[in-house]
Amino acid sequence: MKLHEYQAKGVFADAGIPTPASQLAETADEAVAAADDIGYPVAIKAQVQVGGRGKAGGIELVENADEAREAAERIIGMDLKGLHVDSVLVEEAVDFVNELYIGVTMDRNEGRPVAMVSTKGGVDIEEVAAENPDAIAREHVDPAFGLHPYQARRAVYDAGVDHDVAGDVASVLTTLYDLWDDQDATETEINPLMVTSDDEVIAADAVMNIDEDALFRHPDLAEMEDETAGDELEAKANEYGFDYVRLSGNVGIIGNGAGLVMTTLDLVDYYGGEPANFLDIGGGAKAERVANALDMVFSDENVDSVVFNIFGGITRGDEVAKGINAALEQFDEIPKPVVVRLAGTNAEEGMEILNTDLVEVQGTLEDAVQRAVARAEEVDQ
Amino acid sequence: MSILVDDETRVVVQGITGGEGKFHAEQMIEYGTNVVAGAVPGKGGQEVAGVPVYDTVAGAAREEDADAAVVFVPPAFAADALFEALDSPVDLVVAITEGIPQQDMASVYKRLGETDTALVGPNCPGVITPGEAKLGILPGNIFSEGDVGLVSRSGTLTYQVVDSLTQRGIGQTTAVGIGGDPIIGTDFVDALERFEADTDTEAVVMCGEIGGEDEEEAARYISQYMDTPVAGFIAGRTAPPGKRMGHAGAIVGSSGAGTAESKINALNDAGVPVGDTPEEVADHIEDFL
Repeated sequence: MKLHEYQAKGVFADAGIPTPASQLAETADEAVAAADDIGYPVAIKAQVQVGGRGKAGGIELVENADEAREAAERIIGMDLKGLHVDSVLVEEAVDFVNELYIGVTMDRNEGRPVAMVSTKGGVDIEEVAAENPDAIAREHVDPAFGLHPYQARRAVYDAGVDHDVAGDVASVLTTLYDLWDDQDATETEINPLMVTSDDEVIAADAVMNIDEDALFRHPDLAEMEDETAGDELEAKANEYGFDYVRLSGNVGIIGNGAGLVMTTLDLVDYYGGEPANFLDIGGGAKAERVANALDMVFSDENVDSVVFNIFGGITRGDEVAKGINAALEQFDEIPKPVVVRLAGTNAEEGMEILNTDLVEVQGTLEDAVQRAVARAEEVDQ
Repeated sequence: MSILVDDETRVVVQGITGGEGKFHAEQMIEYGTNVVAGAVPGKGGQEVAGVPVYDTVAGAAREEDADAAVVFVPPAFAADALFEALDSPVDLVVAITEGIPQQDMASVYKRLGETDTALVGPNCPGVITPGEAKLGILPGNIFSEGDVGLVSRSGTLTYQVVDSLTQRGIGQTTAVGIGGDPIIGTDFVDALERFEADTDTEAVVMCGEIGGEDEEEAARYISQYMDTPVAGFIAGRTAPPGKRMGHAGAIVGSSGAGTAESKINALNDAGVPVGDTPEEVADHIEDFL
């Protein structure tokens, strides 16, 4: 779960990390009032959960109230990389001499957290990591002890941060690790951490991603979740509790287990079709859940056919079949052709239950996928 | 022969009084697994699925000589259950639980490194040696005894590939579902090492997916140390960058790290043929035998 910049900044500021003065605004009037209050120049920043906002026109530096109004009117309501901008953060513009990067994340290869510092801040740090990995100083952390202060200092010195601000940067990094640890974050990051001519360090951006599996420990963070932050259908999937990703094709895909669903997507592509989505109903799904999955995929207007691929282990074929029947029997006419492939636990029972007037049944994964691709092409023509 | 488990393995089921724990303990016993005990705090003295329940894993290990644990404990308590199993101690822990917080697993992983215990999972279907024992939730009826090893990050994909093999009359020595989480115990290299050392395993199937660099690391290991032929499959060729495809670890980074292409190339360079479909993987295995 990603926090918005203003939410993450709030968490960082509460922990003692210096942040610029800022206010959230949902209308142009609010934005101008906030800017007047903070004092010009200010930055008007779109609050959407996507990187590269600046390049996409979602951040503007303004010098006076007229410019503030113009920028706020343009940015609020804009479509930024597919996401609707509902609010802007109006923020004091910081006069900086240097931009640093600091961050904490999980190094999955090592199975432990890593704290990182780079003097190449203000740009896409993943590009820096790919092109010039030595430009990032790294310290792995023993989760039992946390980030020792000496490690934070070592990372800062190794990265080549100026001596005048090294102590402050190390201290912010330690706080960033503590937040990562206390709040069950998967990522905490400041990019850029600005250095002013007075040798102050200020977090000009704030990234905080929380481990959704740990939200039960953090009811306060769970409340910050913005379910409208993503795609509309993805928000609906969130309500149903599905792992769902919307894609650009026209063959809807429902299956159980991430690996098998991904494989089904790949096969649709392999046989010349285009997947419309990834939808994993998860393990042990009951009939109602299966019906919800069909409802999800039918409500994507790009979908021309649906392939249902179930290999039961913990999931039972008869339950799935009941769900498919229940979902389809409520229609006078099935909205899109559905191809079903059932294997594994109680698959035979499921096959007997399946209403073959409503769906087409195929015995193998390959056949089911090819058939769904063909049906989508028919509909498309 | 087999890796990790056989009919001698004495299993304690942690969480046996829960719905999942009880159901799968019964399924494991029905398959022939030597389930000797359950362990649930506060439920010591009861009997579930025909086996005695102990309050602690240490009690089960002591009284029933249990040497392996299967964990069906809800995510909030799972890390504690894993620490308990590691401390009991047992030789093997199989963690089925899905949704264990990453930071909990980082702590478990650290402790694991200080023990001689092997951990499989979490968020995995488990381990099966066909005809001998299964520890986990895998559907026993699709497996058959034979000479092909299988290691996979995905449960249902394991079933898909095993089904293809079994239907062609190709049986398995052991199948290991290592799980799709970012932090897991046994990884590809650990499993491949065991298959390489197992004289009965004539060929190995390795099912990977997008995210992380485990497949690339496995490719390096295969090219340097393995004589046993390996065929591969990688799920997620069509996954867009930045989107998590179900498994917590299955995501292509926004810089493009962890793509299917990179994994397939690494495996091909190591001499591992990678199937475009699960059936093609079975074709490659057929060619090896």
